[in-house]
Amino acid sequence: METQTEILVVGTNDQILQTVLRLLNTNSSWKATGALTPEEVLSKCRETAYQVFLIGAGLTDTEEAELTAAVKQIHPAIHVIPHYGGGSGLLFAEIYLALGTTNQAR
Amino acid sequence: MAQTVLHPADSRGLADHGWLKSYHTFSFSSYFNPERVQFGTLRVLNDDTVDGGMGFGEHPHDNMEIISIPLEGALQHKDSMGNIATIEAGEIQVMSAGTGMYHTEYNKNKGEPVKFLQIWVFPNKRNVEPRYDQVKIESPASPNQLVQILSPDPEDAGVWIYQDAWFNLGKLEQGQKVDYTVHRKNNGAYIFVIEGKIEVNGQLLDTRDGYGIWDTEGFTITTGTDARFLIMDVPMEL
Repeated sequence: METQTEILVVGTNDQILQTVLRLLNTNSSWKATGALTPEEVLSKCRETAYQVFLIGAGLTDTEEAELTAAVKQIHPAIHVIPHYGGGSGLLFAEIYLALGTTNQAR
Repeated sequence: MAQTVLHPADSRGLADHGWLKSYHTFSFSSYFNPERVQFGTLRVLNDDTVDGGMGFGEHPHDNMEIISIPLEGALQHKDSMGNIATIEAGEIQVMSAGTGMYHTEYNKNKGEPVKFLQIWVFPNKRNVEPRYDQVKIESPASPNQLVQILSPDPEDAGVWIYQDAWFNLGKLEQGQKVDYTVHRKNNGAYIFVIEGKIEVNGQLLDTRDGYGIWDTEGFTITTGTDARFLIMDVPMEL
């Protein structure tokens, strides 16, 4: 069985977070898990080797920066992506680019 | 030396859902092309046609400046901030999604399609309070001039967004010429032809073609036919 890419998503709006998780998990190659708080992120990071950390809406700039540093300390190779858009529009491209293709066209 | 990128109309991604036909200039939803992700902070340019009475059910957005420009017909908008509005050709709508909001968007008319451009620009500030606005697009002071429809300044013409971006609409007769000066040193401009034939610094463009130009102070547009086009002047770096 193909190994799934573990994706952790943080966002303080539970309704939007659930939408993002549902969309990501339509891809059978991905396994997305949600966290509503920085504390929950760090707790989950200690339990699972995530490959992608998607930062959704609702955190302060300071929280985003501190959380990025803390997550990278636990999983140095993790791809940290600030998510934009809140739905299906950009979500898949954000993950594809993080996992492989980085040559964004201007 | 100016740099450029050409996106012919027929090279765009197409999502055909029956009731919705959406041409994607840049990667969007299930259309992914790593060579077509964005033009600077301009991330989405969708050219949508929605059948009569159909539309987008409730769905979320966050951290994005979302601009809709109806070209034909009318859209019925309803959002989680309490806004209920109709937006029709000749108007422009903006949402700063910020910390998050929900909305629905339907073709208001049962018997005719609505055609509109949906444009997403990365915000220069994350997690702002969500906001909504729409304004009527003013006529130019004199014929064959550009009309500003968006800027970063709430006091300036058109709608405003959280980004150092300026949008101008051109509706020019055949044989006209207009010079455009890019607003900021690190901005570029993306020209989208709504209809007609134009030339940008000699580059021929036809209906629905897109053309990006950056590392330049400005450019000249000439019209080969009567033409409508949109100039999106955006930062090239987030």
